Amino acid sequence: MTDSQTDLRRTALHALHLELGGKMVPFAGYDMPVQYPMGVMGEHLHCRDKAGLFDVSHMGQVILRGPDAALALERLVPVALAELPLGRQRYAMFTNDAGGILDDLMVANRGAHVLAVVNAACKAADLAHMQDNLRDLDVTEVTDRALLALQGPQAEAVLAGLLPEVAKMRFMDVADHDWNGVTLWVSRSGYTGEDGFEISLPNAQAEGFARALLAHPDVAPIGLGARDSLRLEAGLCLYGNDIDTTTTPIEAGLTWAIQKGRRVGGARAGGFPGADVVLPQLAQGAPRQRVGLLPDGRAPMRAGTALFATQDSETQIGTITSGGFGPSLGRPVAMGYVPAQYAGADTELWAELRGKRLPVRVAALPFRPSNYSK
Amino acid sequence: MRFTEEHEWLRVEGDVVVVGITEHAAEQLGDVVFVELPEIEAMVAKGDEVCVIESVKAASDILAPVDGEIVAVNEALVDSPALVNEDPQGDAWFFKMKLDDLGVLDDLMSEDEYKEFLG
Repeated sequence: MTDSQTDLRRTALHALHLELGGKMVPFAGYDMPVQYPMGVMGEHLHCRDKAGLFDVSHMGQVILRGPDAALALERLVPVALAELPLGRQRYAMFTNDAGGILDDLMVANRGAHVLAVVNAACKAADLAHMQDNLRDLDVTEVTDRALLALQGPQAEAVLAGLLPEVAKMRFMDVADHDWNGVTLWVSRSGYTGEDGFEISLPNAQAEGFARALLAHPDVAPIGLGARDSLRLEAGLCLYGNDIDTTTTPIEAGLTWAIQKGRRVGGARAGGFPGADVVLPQLAQGAPRQRVGLLPDGRAPMRAGTALFATQDSETQIGTITSGGFGPSLGRPVAMGYVPAQYAGADTELWAELRGKRLPVRVAALPFRPSNYSK
Repeated sequence: MRFTEEHEWLRVEGDVVVVGITEHAAEQLGDVVFVELPEIEAMVAKGDEVCVIESVKAASDILAPVDGEIVAVNEALVDSPALVNEDPQGDAWFFKMKLDDLGVLDDLMSEDEYKEFLG
């Protein structure tokens, strides 16, 4: 083992990944499986067809405790959290003073506390950001719990075999369920566009629970490779690619996540970093927008590919931020940013790939309808 | 068959050399979804990027293993990139080259040497 490998952190399922033949890669400081012997294509299609098990323990789980913790967290996000009912979860994003996105996250009202689930690569910064700016709250990273995701059309049937009550949960519900005397924090959510669940549980029980799920013939382990292609087809943003400190929630097409109460005229309008940028953009439209892109040919167009308005124009108008092959669509798919006048569906643009201009069409997101259990 | 450190194989077929990627390379790439082939009659130098090969995960290049002229390409790979995973050292050849001197192949690895190279 080389030094660089020993520096990597391991999740509670690390030994299981190796046993399952996972091909391990460094990801956000963790040694994580990018794929298993089934391969990215097979894993992707299996998850869309049956159920896939993902280890997402590298993500940050942060507990916020204190009087009106949800209301306090509103100071950092443009999302209405104060009225988030007990047992519900919402998508949110931390903004900076320029209206850029520091990270995107899930926020759950679990009664005794608010639970924030943040991206692995951002978790140290997010934790510091919350601790510095929410001094009235107790903000603590949960380090003794793993996080698994079970996604796909058979996820409910499989998980209900172990936890019958999950069948009653709807999309974005959160609830505690007991498994062999262990309390699991379950949410009906995910990052694949499929119905599914995310399950937080003590590290010590994580492998046993994962094995219980994998014992079901419909469940296969899924690596980071298919996680990326699944979320891309579902039109979901990857932090660091599709959203970052230079993109606002409005440019990113995340306006739906900003409830009326935080918009101009709302009961708690503004009051988050960058509101003076984000709220005017929301009213007037952003100068550029994240769009879906369908390359005309078979060549995948990946992050960084330059976009042009015509086949021979010299001025680059935008950039692809995520792209690759969509296994369920059997064709390449991409996302990127273009000026608003080019953001209409079916607009033909040109991407420069290896010195050649190839046509690409603006398309509605998601590329594939989601199968959430609403 | 001869092998390069870039995980290509070369097989002499009459007066031309058939080039493809090794089983090891195909396995490392994962599911191949796109192949771009060189132009026929192109003169290439050793190390030139002559093919693009993309898997679900990433894009990579195939480099010309020796100097020569491209005399044929395997169009079947354009329509069925998955052939590269199914039969990398057989049906999924990429291109055929005409060389001035087949003797340069002696500098490449034998199968045993390639296996040793892989470790």
